[in-house]
Amino acid sequence: MASIWVHGETAGDGSLTKLSTEVATLARSVAEGMGGGDVTGVVVAADPGAAAQELAMYLPKVLTLTEPATADHAAGMIVAQRLAALIEAQGPDIVMTGAGSEGRDLAGALSALTGWGVLANATAVKGAPDGPVATHSVFGGKLITESALTDGKGIITVRPNSVTAEPAGATGQVEAATVSGELQQPAVPIVDRLDAETKAAQIDDARIIVAGGRGVGGPDGFGLIRDLADALGGAVGATRAAVDSGWIPYSQQIGQTGKIVKPQLYLAMGISGAIQHKVGMQTASTIIAVNRDPDAPIADFADMIVIGDLVEVGNALLAELRARSG
Amino acid sequence: MRIVVLTKPVPDPASGGERLGPDGRLDRSNSPAVVNGNDEYVLEKALKLIEAAGEGEVILLTMAPDNGPETMRKALAMGATRGVLVTDPAIAGSDTVATTRIIAAALQTLSFDLVFAGVDTSDGVAGVVAPGVAALTGMPYLSYAASIEPDEGARTVRVKRITADGYDVLEAPMPALISGTQALGEPRYPSLKGIMAARSKEITTLTLADLGIDPGTVGLSGALTKVVDSRPPAARGATKVVRDAPDEAARQIVELLAERRLI
Repeated sequence: MASIWVHGETAGDGSLTKLSTEVATLARSVAEGMGGGDVTGVVVAADPGAAAQELAMYLPKVLTLTEPATADHAAGMIVAQRLAALIEAQGPDIVMTGAGSEGRDLAGALSALTGWGVLANATAVKGAPDGPVATHSVFGGKLITESALTDGKGIITVRPNSVTAEPAGATGQVEAATVSGELQQPAVPIVDRLDAETKAAQIDDARIIVAGGRGVGGPDGFGLIRDLADALGGAVGATRAAVDSGWIPYSQQIGQTGKIVKPQLYLAMGISGAIQHKVGMQTASTIIAVNRDPDAPIADFADMIVIGDLVEVGNALLAELRARSG
Repeated sequence: MRIVVLTKPVPDPASGGERLGPDGRLDRSNSPAVVNGNDEYVLEKALKLIEAAGEGEVILLTMAPDNGPETMRKALAMGATRGVLVTDPAIAGSDTVATTRIIAAALQTLSFDLVFAGVDTSDGVAGVVAPGVAALTGMPYLSYAASIEPDEGARTVRVKRITADGYDVLEAPMPALISGTQALGEPRYPSLKGIMAARSKEITTLTLADLGIDPGTVGLSGALTKVVDSRPPAARGATKVVRDAPDEAARQIVELLAERRLI
């Protein structure tokens, strides 16, 4: 029987991240596909209690490890060392984590410490009798690959929005675990915390994203994009051109050197859909584009393209949405 | 100050020619290699830091079975001082674990103050090699950098790490390993002078034997993960083109949103 561990990632306020609830949900179905097996959550944090209780809504058992150093140090390397020690003691086969910045740092360090392989950035994972099979979108989405582990042990990082999180029928048990020993890797202290320049909803796991490109014309033009995002209950995204122009912070950039997102709806305003942007959003369930140019590349992969001025169409859409909700 | 920049040759994302060969590895014959996009941002930062310091070296470290020199020349043309290429027929098909071990071993042969890497590469988008190298070498690891500020006198480096709601300012002693993002700033284009100069810059080659790594533990044979299937993505449905006036167009958008239960 395989044993799968789910890394419960904590947000800044100590709560469990949405991505971890998705990974937990996915892990249950992977175990089922492998013919049954244990799925256990593990939360390593300075104060793991709240996140562990949340994770227990998804999994039958959650281990907590209290690690004070994670409160004021870069957490990934610390969590990796503690998890590696717990793995050594308890012998799970698979560790699943999110493919965000925290999960990727953790997976890389944990892989090096355990010698386990990594199935990275999975868009889906299924359980087969001889182990998990992960689906990946590689080369900017031009190819879908499926990969497996060669020796039954490994780490899987899972992209946001790969599944819809669903709590299990029963709430699981939370148990405190301990590991002994000093941390071997140097801990990197956080000497200061800075707020983002602007408070914007996160695009990483947003269900709806309204994004603007060069066609938006300037920082003021993003006012309309924000209004549309608010009306739809979504987050604001942008192309690299808009970010490079300083109209919107890098945290909102979607594409090759920004974030890869998979929302239910991607509303692209004044975005041509060049390959560097396409790689970040092409797996959105529904893509609607507003563009003056009927020959823009996005016309080839959007579900709908409205040929027109984005300000005119955007304002009309805003009025229509507000009328509906009003 | 001496900065090592990890640079990976990746298939040009704009080429559209990426495909896998029968062994599940990239068929390089069909797509030209370029320096990975995120690696260019950290390279640019390294060049700026050395220029500001007035002295020092930017050393490229690349691992590639066959196409290392061509992309390294491009990075040398941007201004890097010299290159170190780990190349060996046996590394073809290496997974992230083997890559991490090889890079870590190659770093042990160099002396440096800082190591920079892009946060991920555009081909596999795993983002796990840099933290792995930090774990194997025992260097402090500062990731997702939006800014990098070394203090040579104090022998420390400060990094603004991008987080969900802003930045964590991290500080560590040198030598340290830093993964960086596009927020570090636009990379320069090589000048004609830079391109000419790059031709005579030194690229040192290391083999697995030089690093004391058993060829059987890396490459396809040593891989802990394997590609079991690959296919083109499912085609999206036909695009509906709307050319109506704004009000009517907006109505049609809302109709589609309602149909798909998005509002």
